[in-house]
Amino acid sequence: MSSHENYYVPAQSKWPIVATIGMLTTVYGVATWFNDLKAERAESNGPLIFFIGGLILAYMLFGWFGAVIKESRSGLYSPQMDRSFRWGMSWFIFSEVMFFAAFFGALFYIRMWAGPWLGGEGDKGVANMLWPGFEYSWPLLNNPDPKLFPAPSGVISAWGLPLINTILLVTSSFTVTFAHHALKKNNRKPLKIWLALTVLLGIAFLILQVEEYVHAYNELGLTLGSGIYGATFFMLTGFHGAHVTLGALILTVMLVRVWRGHFDADQHFGFEAASWYWHFVDVVWIGLFVFVYVL
Amino acid sequence: MSAVIDSHKEHGHAGHDHHHGPAKGLMRWVLTTNHKDIGSMYLWFSFAMFLLGGSMAMVIRAELFQPGLQIVEPAFFNQMTTMHGLIMVFGAVMPAFVGLANWMIPLMVGAPDMALPRMNNFSFWLLPAAFGLLVSTLFTEGGGPNFGWTFYAPLSTTYAPESVTFFIFAIHLMGISSIMGAINVIATILNLRAPGMTLMKMPLFVWTWLITAFLLIAVMPVLAGVVTMMLMDIHFGTSFFSAAGGGDPVLFQHVFWFFGHPEVYIMILPAFGAVSSIIPAFARKPLFGYTSMVYATASIAFLSFIVWAHHMFTVGIPLTGELFFMYATMLIAVPTGVKVFNWASTMWQGSMTFEAPMLFSVAFVILFTIGGFSGLMLAIAPADFQYHDTYFVVAHFHYVLVPGAIFGIFASAYYWLPKWTGHMYDETLAKLHFWMSFIGMNLAFFPMHFVGLAGMPRRIPDYNLQFADFNMISSVGAFTFGATQFLFLFIVIKCIRGGKPAPAKPWDGAEGLEWTVPSPAPYHTFSTPPEVK
Repeated sequence: MSSHENYYVPAQSKWPIVATIGMLTTVYGVATWFNDLKAERAESNGPLIFFIGGLILAYMLFGWFGAVIKESRSGLYSPQMDRSFRWGMSWFIFSEVMFFAAFFGALFYIRMWAGPWLGGEGDKGVANMLWPGFEYSWPLLNNPDPKLFPAPSGVISAWGLPLINTILLVTSSFTVTFAHHALKKNNRKPLKIWLALTVLLGIAFLILQVEEYVHAYNELGLTLGSGIYGATFFMLTGFHGAHVTLGALILTVMLVRVWRGHFDADQHFGFEAASWYWHFVDVVWIGLFVFVYVL
Repeated sequence: MSAVIDSHKEHGHAGHDHHHGPAKGLMRWVLTTNHKDIGSMYLWFSFAMFLLGGSMAMVIRAELFQPGLQIVEPAFFNQMTTMHGLIMVFGAVMPAFVGLANWMIPLMVGAPDMALPRMNNFSFWLLPAAFGLLVSTLFTEGGGPNFGWTFYAPLSTTYAPESVTFFIFAIHLMGISSIMGAINVIATILNLRAPGMTLMKMPLFVWTWLITAFLLIAVMPVLAGVVTMMLMDIHFGTSFFSAAGGGDPVLFQHVFWFFGHPEVYIMILPAFGAVSSIIPAFARKPLFGYTSMVYATASIAFLSFIVWAHHMFTVGIPLTGELFFMYATMLIAVPTGVKVFNWASTMWQGSMTFEAPMLFSVAFVILFTIGGFSGLMLAIAPADFQYHDTYFVVAHFHYVLVPGAIFGIFASAYYWLPKWTGHMYDETLAKLHFWMSFIGMNLAFFPMHFVGLAGMPRRIPDYNLQFADFNMISSVGAFTFGATQFLFLFIVIKCIRGGKPAPAKPWDGAEGLEWTVPSPAPYHTFSTPPEVK
């Protein structure tokens, strides 16, 4: 534990308070906006506040990460600091896993219990008395109250776009690993190529996902409001898509840093963290593909 | 950012202490990365929230002083019960323990600071933002959240006031703060221990916080998930909690309590740890059964994930579920019993003295056990059909939270105040604080067992005449307890401003690295790691 000697305690920093102000402004704006939309108020300053909050957050992200990159590149971080970052990133990813677990849990609960009960099966089949005659099936193409929640006319087949998307994401998990291996051998050119390819695969995934959503909304009537199938479908794929977007953005930043000559064969935790995150969104997708699309 | 690099060049290297003290002025607190500054801010914030949440409890008790509606409108009463719960759980108890963790964990493991100091500051400042957002909704049209701190759907979705949207985002901010704080604690404990400080040599406060941090990272995202589903149901037409679209309001309760049950251990485990340091110090004996304490804590944490539906016995879950959750819940009594017996055995034949930290700790052991026993009663599924949503439940969780979590915090505060301030606190006043709190709190919450068993429902501003006497006693107790906390504030301020100088180790039975640094602890400690044998 000799690395204790170089422990780095940063001096005062303005970034945490900027981040707090940015976050508060953003969520205040978005909440005001949502409420005004729901109450159908003609004017709302929510979007503007939200936009200002977003700008503050963007400024903070550039500044804070910029500061960390600068410190890292001037060699201030010891191996111990590196381990702190590793623990930090690992537990952050674990927290993300639990966030998705909440939505997967909701899906399993509906499919295993609540749905069949509503259809009259099992211990709590009396729930069927709420909407007598309601028959449960999954995917749910007939909602208990079709007036409130009009059901979709069809669902997305697993073996079209979702299969292509699976192939794209799994491939991108390999390409980012190839990039990592190239970095470890200090082969900068293949590093750039593999990393760029990973970003492109991520973007391709997102484009296809948007296409799938357009198809679902326009042709199938599969929307957020089309009952529990649509709710779970869009919640899970939507949050996953948001994470792919974030992951692709992080990888793009890494690509820019690689281009500027950052990272060497031994010190490149920023890159590694980005690739951990990418593998994580990939694994979540496998879960989605199996439980949302196939089964 | 040159300031960072410059200060490092000046001060950063081996063997030298950081010579600079705290910065001057208000910005010291805004920009700080120092674990002691941040710990103090957490503790002060927590105390402010304790008074705010407490004043809401006073409103509740004033209304319940007599049967009938006297002081507040029922709609406002609902907002008071809701905000009291939310503020006490997320604003008072949790931040107090994070404050103690910030102050003490680096000192206890021999680290120079928390692992990620800037993120540490971010974790803190998110809290005033979140609570500012939440509390401000009380003054908006339609009022603040009124659906209880458990915010069950559809009360919190279909029938919620507009402020629910702000509530949801406030919860998100608190969650982000807690997750970052927990990551920091874990990274500090796993990565920054002094040479020789093996895991099984760590003080129990460090152990219990390590496990608490794990619980936080595991369940705060689930809370974020459930409020996100609410947001979608309210604003985007989804039907997670609406059976008309194939969803289920009970789904809300499952997801909420999957968070909620570990949450109650998040609020008590650090208190277990603190008391496990304090009792040995004042019994002048090493802690009995250190290893079993560690494993008991871990077992409690594990069990906390598989008992959530005992909050939902009456909602309509299958018999198998009722049985599973009943037995799993009762299993928690085993590791908890191990802890209680270990504390009692530590005191057995000890040379005990009863300074304020010890008084609070002994009361903690006894009264928390009472709360544990009423918990066992509630765990019996068939009996719970009688107790559910009555004042018996209120009595139960106030017995584990007030003389449990809060007494644990008071005990910790008195135990470490000399280290923080460099002065001894006023022992006479502290003892008065203890006895007034002890009497007030028992007077307030013990009669609630009786009215609860007799069927008085919780969260209702009026009640049957037969409950009048006990409610009046409860209210008198609550006012006593509430007023007494201003005495605590006075004692702390008095201790900061002066008093008998405290030696490095003011308690002769105390153990641990925190007592090897001077009192008050210098702004930077353990820049060179100590050697632990």
